[in-house]
Amino acid sequence: MKVTIQTKNNIVYITIQGSIDSNTAGELQSRIMEELVSLNRVIMDLTNVGFLSSAGLRVLLMLYRQLNSNGGKMLLVNVSEEICDIMSMTGFINFFELYSSIEEAEKKFKLT
Amino acid sequence: MSALDNRIDFYPTNEYKGIKYRRGRVLPFGATLVPNGVNFSVFSSAATSCTLVLFNKNEEIPYAEIPLPDEFRVGNVYAIIVFGLDYENIEYGYRMDGPYDPQNGHRFDKQAVLSDPYAKAIGGRDRWRDDSNLKRNYPFRSRLVFDDFDWEEDNPLETPMEDLIIYEIHVRGFTSHPSSGVRHRGTFAAIREKIPYLRDLGINCVELMPIYEFDEFEHSRTNPDTGDLLVNYWGYSTLNFFAPKAGYAATGKYGMAVDELKTLIKELHRNGIEVILDVVFNHTAEGDHRGPTISFRGIDNKTYYMLTPDGYYFNFSGTGNTLNCNHPVVRNTVLDCLRYWASEYHIDGFRFDLASILGRAQDGSPLNNPPLLESLAHDPILAKCKLIAEAWDAGGLYQVGAFPAYGRWAEWNGKYRDTVRKFLKGDHNTVGQLSQCMQGSPEMYLHRGTTAGINFITCHDGFTLYDLFAYNEKHNWANGENNQDGCNDNFSWNCGWEGETDDTAVNLLRHRQIKNALTILMLSQGVPMILMGDEMGRTQKGNNNTYCHDSDFNWLDWSLVRENFDLFSFARHIINFRRQHPILRSKEHYCNRDYKESGYADITFHGTKAWHADWSESNTVFAFMLDGHHAKNGFVKDDAIYVAANMHWDALDFELPQLSENRKWHLSVNTSMVPPETFYPLNSEPVLENQSGFIVGGRSVIVLIGK
Repeated sequence: MKVTIQTKNNIVYITIQGSIDSNTAGELQSRIMEELVSLNRVIMDLTNVGFLSSAGLRVLLMLYRQLNSNGGKMLLVNVSEEICDIMSMTGFINFFELYSSIEEAEKKFKLT
Repeated sequence: MSALDNRIDFYPTNEYKGIKYRRGRVLPFGATLVPNGVNFSVFSSAATSCTLVLFNKNEEIPYAEIPLPDEFRVGNVYAIIVFGLDYENIEYGYRMDGPYDPQNGHRFDKQAVLSDPYAKAIGGRDRWRDDSNLKRNYPFRSRLVFDDFDWEEDNPLETPMEDLIIYEIHVRGFTSHPSSGVRHRGTFAAIREKIPYLRDLGINCVELMPIYEFDEFEHSRTNPDTGDLLVNYWGYSTLNFFAPKAGYAATGKYGMAVDELKTLIKELHRNGIEVILDVVFNHTAEGDHRGPTISFRGIDNKTYYMLTPDGYYFNFSGTGNTLNCNHPVVRNTVLDCLRYWASEYHIDGFRFDLASILGRAQDGSPLNNPPLLESLAHDPILAKCKLIAEAWDAGGLYQVGAFPAYGRWAEWNGKYRDTVRKFLKGDHNTVGQLSQCMQGSPEMYLHRGTTAGINFITCHDGFTLYDLFAYNEKHNWANGENNQDGCNDNFSWNCGWEGETDDTAVNLLRHRQIKNALTILMLSQGVPMILMGDEMGRTQKGNNNTYCHDSDFNWLDWSLVRENFDLFSFARHIINFRRQHPILRSKEHYCNRDYKESGYADITFHGTKAWHADWSESNTVFAFMLDGHHAKNGFVKDDAIYVAANMHWDALDFELPQLSENRKWHLSVNTSMVPPETFYPLNSEPVLENQSGFIVGGRSVIVLIGK
């Protein structure tokens, strides 16, 4: 798994490549948490994520809970159909807003 | 290092071939995620040593075997914390050494890798009927699960027992048919897609046939006539009591069955529907002395099983072995298990398969005061759960009406099933018993109230409701047992032709009988249960024991909703009629007294002449009236309800009891009519022109409301 984190206009952009599972979940969580000390708006690009395991989904949910408690928000971009299906069957999807492109997600943040 | 990490037991003390570990905590049993590692704890009363065996998923050979040092044992419990495990990708088991001495009850086998009796998930059957690992060594390996599901505001619904309308579902059967139109057929996720249907039908509780992990390939065989593979489809053969059946989850192959099932339960709750599990604690999948050693036998045979004096297995379950339910340790296991499902899965209640076994002592004799049943009834965590017994076993114990209840337990009312069936086919000598049934069986449950009985006419075991009126005899040839299996006393009647027919009169009568049956069920006091598909005329082609068919025998054909729309719309009406009228859902028995001084007793009995019930042997008609002033002990006002059932072959003129207070009789149901006059929508019931009499067609039921 490769993670790129950038901050622009008070939005944290996270791009992930690879799988998020029990091997990588811990690292991902700690890296993102560092960035969230001062900011609370996140756009996570999952275009190149092939698989999200149970542990991976839990990292997303923990981030959601963390952001929610700060009045923040995380938007997911380009979630594959398969991952979307898994998220739906396991209930995780109810916590997230999904967008088909980064621009769409940015619009959402600008509107709110 | 955060403050939380600042404990010395978060760090290893020992190392074995590169794996770091330390002494574990003895409780809770099973594998628990702890900071930096996993705590494993397992009990055996007679093992001489215990080795933890670790596999990578999908690998044949274990990557590590850690013998537990003797100082890691407290009493008879072995516990170890192992650090740095990839908890999503490992599987584990135990090797237990100890005596092989069957005469004294011990069957240890150091060669076997045993699954953990407290495992929260089991590998090996992640996809339904995937035979790719059939020949694998130790296929049923234990797995770790996350127990941090986000339930948000969800809690068990605690619907009053008397308001429950149960719908019995087989997870695969409900949506496996292509006509179900769901994304992932035969799964928990698919049931979720059908919630709008369940709501529309009006039920408020689903009872799931076994969802504890089982092996569908157990005793599987090919039917020589058809070439079909016959499998353990129903699943009444538990591999592990804490693990959900992974093959029932569309996400089972990703190891997410737990989350998928919890999501289903959460969504059902959100829609006002409770979840009851059909649980099988009477035996396990290990069979008798010839069966495989998977878990319990190799971990602690003498504790987990009821054994004969010479060390063989008692067989009160009819399946080879009997769980030793009233052994103090096993009793705790059952309790731990139910607490786990109630708290971790928010399960609303449990139906116990062959529950009479749970009242047997370790030597098999029935106990007067079975400690297990008593503990469950008084348990603080299970305090609001429904506890329902199948109050008999295969060893001849039959306790319907006499199950040790402790003020809590309800029973599947087998007597109700048989009586209603006999009445519907026009048998003599049934009216008195039918009257008891429709009152919630006070002759059996006088002091336990109406909710002691789960009323049903059909369940998974036996004919479907359609087949009850299409077959005189069972037709179980497809089971490959020469039609010897299955019950012979079905009290069914084929309405004039055995099996399918084009004869319109026969088919009309069958549909009418189904409507009669549903009306009697929904207008009886007690808790009604409907078998999945009976509301749309599902057939099993006369097979009354379809335990082994993963096929059209068991798969619900959803096109029947359209094809038999008269049945579906009627079922929906009569279910919602029950929900609308509290007078039909009394917790206490009616007593044929007018304690509200309304001019009418709570319940009164009638015949073709008002106020004159005919209890004679040859009579086949029955009518009763419920006085709405007495609904919910008189605290709620409801309409009066009059029901007349005529199982004579010809129409009869019924004199109607007169109403007071300018109320008039309105027609809700008349099963002798064809749609749209079979029933009238709630609150739109037409007033009867003739308020003093009604001609009830042959083999028909009418329901009137007085308002």
